[in-house]
Amino acid sequence: MKYLSEYRDASVAQQLLEDIKSIVTRPWTLMEVCGGQTHSLVKNGILKMLPKEITMVHGPGCPVCVTPIHIIDEAIELSQKPNVILCSFGDMLRVPGTKKSLLEVKAEGADVRMVYSPLEAVKLAKENPDKEVVFFAVGFETTAPANALSVIQAAKQGIRNYSILTSHVLVPPAMEAILSDPETRVNAFLAAGHVCTIMGYNEYDPIASKYHVPIVVTGFEPVDLLQGIYMAVKQLEQGEAKVENQYIRYVQREGNLHAKKTIDEVFAVSDREWRGIGTIPGSGWEVNKTYALYDARNKFNLVESTAEDHTTCIAGEIMKGKKKPFDCPHFGKTCTPEKPLGSPMVSSEGACAAYYHFSQAEALHA
Amino acid sequence: MSQPKLSIQLNCPLPKLDFDVITLGHGSGGILTHRLLDTGVFNILKNDLLIEQHDGAVLKFDGPVAFTTDSYVVTPIFFPGGNIGELAVNGSINDLAMCGAIPEYLSLSFILEEGLRMDEFWEVLLGIKKASEAAGVPIVTGDTKVVERGKGDKVFINTTGLGRIHPKASIHANRARPGDVVLISGSVANHGVAILSVRQGLEFETTITSDTQPIHKPVLNLLDELGGDVKFLRDPTRGGVATVLNELAIQSGYGVEIIQKDIPVSEQVEGACEMLGLDPLYVANEGIFISVVSEAQSTNALKILQRFDPASSIIGRVVADHPKQVVLHSRIGGKRIVSMLPGEQLPRIC
Repeated sequence: MKYLSEYRDASVAQQLLEDIKSIVTRPWTLMEVCGGQTHSLVKNGILKMLPKEITMVHGPGCPVCVTPIHIIDEAIELSQKPNVILCSFGDMLRVPGTKKSLLEVKAEGADVRMVYSPLEAVKLAKENPDKEVVFFAVGFETTAPANALSVIQAAKQGIRNYSILTSHVLVPPAMEAILSDPETRVNAFLAAGHVCTIMGYNEYDPIASKYHVPIVVTGFEPVDLLQGIYMAVKQLEQGEAKVENQYIRYVQREGNLHAKKTIDEVFAVSDREWRGIGTIPGSGWEVNKTYALYDARNKFNLVESTAEDHTTCIAGEIMKGKKKPFDCPHFGKTCTPEKPLGSPMVSSEGACAAYYHFSQAEALHA
Repeated sequence: MSQPKLSIQLNCPLPKLDFDVITLGHGSGGILTHRLLDTGVFNILKNDLLIEQHDGAVLKFDGPVAFTTDSYVVTPIFFPGGNIGELAVNGSINDLAMCGAIPEYLSLSFILEEGLRMDEFWEVLLGIKKASEAAGVPIVTGDTKVVERGKGDKVFINTTGLGRIHPKASIHANRARPGDVVLISGSVANHGVAILSVRQGLEFETTITSDTQPIHKPVLNLLDELGGDVKFLRDPTRGGVATVLNELAIQSGYGVEIIQKDIPVSEQVEGACEMLGLDPLYVANEGIFISVVSEAQSTNALKILQRFDPASSIIGRVVADHPKQVVLHSRIGGKRIVSMLPGEQLPRIC
C-alpha cells in the first residue's frame, strides 16, 4: 500500500540495521516517547533485531496509560448521571477506575458510546437535545485540535448540551521531567511524530541544548523507527545533541499552524497529573474561561477525587525509562491486560501491555 | 442510519399481508403466526421435509454425524455483501464442514423484535433462501418467537446443522505434527471490516464486502483428494485468524509459526484496518477457513484451494519450537508472539 509498504520494506530495514551496527561503539539508552512507537517496535519485532549496545526504553506517550485513575472515576461518575451520554475513544473503555471501567458501567446500563471522533459526539448532542452529551477528551497534542474543534463547532451551532471532560497532556514538559531526574538513563529521544505533526519541533530545541540530548522526531513504521534510531545513535557517537526530523513527510518545523490556532482558541495550559508519574507543572491543557460552558468539570460541578493507583505498580519507573516491564514481579502474573494493576498494562500502547501481547513467551520463561 | 437498501432483487414480491411490522401476535401461535408462516417462511423456504409441518423433521442417517449450533446477533442486520440470514445459513454449514462433515440439514429459529419491518424480515428470509439453495442444504425445521420492543435487536437467528462425516475425514488438532503446513482459503478480515463500515457512527465509504459464503465445497474437495493428510480445519470467525492459530497451538501442544507477508489481506482491508487501528489478524471472517495439511500434500492442498479462491495461501507451519505459542515473522524480518485478545479489539486513540 502506497506510503506504507515503502516503510515496511525488509531490505531497507535490513540496510538500516547494518548502518546502525556499523556506527555504534558503546551502549546507549534511547527512549521512544510515543506509545504508538512502542507498539510498532514490539509488533514488528524490532527490539530483538537491534544491536545489543542499544537499549530502548519506553516513554510516557500512551494517553490511556497516563490518564489518572481519578479522571476515569470522573468519567464513570458522569456516566451515572441521568440523561448523560458519555462518549469515548475505544481504548479508554476498558481502563479500570477505582472500582469499575466504563465497559462495566455500560454493561450495567449506563449510556456509554464508543466514537472515533469528537465531532460524532457533537452530532449526537444535536440529535439528542434532551440529553447531555459528554466527550471524554483524552490525549496528547495529537488529539487536541479535533477536541477543540468540537467545542468550537458546538458553540457556533448553539449546541448547549455538549461538553468535554479533558485529560490533555503535553510531551515537552514530560520529557523535561524525565531528564531532570538525576537517575535518568536516557541518552536520546525519539520524539513523537504525530505530536510534532501538530506542534512542530521548535519547542524541543531548548530541551536538547539544556540537557545535551539528541532528539529525533520519528515516525511509526519500522523503517521510520530504524532510521530515527540510526540518526539518534549517530548524534550520540559524534557527541552532538540537536533536534532532527526523520518524519519529514508529515512534520514541519512550525507544525500545523491552523491546528495550533484551534487549540489556542479553546484550551489553556494547566498543571496536570500523570498516572504513575505525578503532577508535572504546565503539562496539560484544560478548557479556557471563554468556553467554560463546554467544560464538563465546570458544568457538572465534579469534585476531584484523590484515588490512587496500586502502590506496588512500578509504572512511574517504567515510563521514566528506569525499569523495563520484565523487571516487575507482578508482570504477567498478578498484572495482566485482563486485570491490570497499573497504567502501562491497560492499553495496547502501554509498555507492559505491548510486552505482554507480543513477547509473552520470553517474559514468562525468563 | 439510512434505510437498508434491498440488495436482492425480489423475484417473489412481498406477499400481501395485512401488516407492515412484526407484532407480538406473530409469536402467539395463533392465526397471525400461521399467516406469517404459511405465506412467508414455509412458502419461501419450502421443501418436502419442511412442508410436513411436524413438530420436528424426521431424518435418517447411517454412520457418524456432526451436529452443530450457532446464534447470530449481528448488527446491523444488513451489511455490504449480505445479511444476517445468509450469515446464519452459511455459519452452520461452515461449522459442519470444519468437522469434516457433509452439510445436509439445517434448522432455523427466529427471535424477532416487535416492530421489525415486514420488508426487512422478508429480505432476511430471501437471504436465507438464497444461501440455502446456493449451498444445497435445506432448512427442515424451525421456530419463530417474538419479543417485546426493546428486548431484542430486530432479529436474532439460531441455526443448527446436521451432516454425515466424510468417509475420509479425521479432523483433530492433536493430529497436527511439526512440519505440517498451515493454509488459509482466502483473504482475511473482509467480514469484520464490512460490518464496521456500516456501524452507526462509523460509516465510511468502501467497496469492501463481507466474505460470507459456504466453504464446504473446497473442504470436501480437500477431503476427497487428500483424506487423512488433512488434519485440522477451523473457520476464523470471531477472534479472527490469530485466535484460531492459538487454539491450534494450544490443542496440538506444538508451536505455530506464520509469515506475515504470506497472509493475504486486500489492500482496501489493510487500509481500513490502518485507519481504524485494528489488526486484521483479529478481525472476523465468515467465508474462509484455516487448514493444517501434511507437508507432503501441501502443494496439492494449495492447488485445490486456489481452484476456489486464488488468494488462498500457505501462511506458515506447525513447529516443535515454542510449544503452544504462535510466532509471527514480520515483514521486516522480526519475530513476535501472536496472542489471544483479552477482550474485544478496541480502536486506539491515536
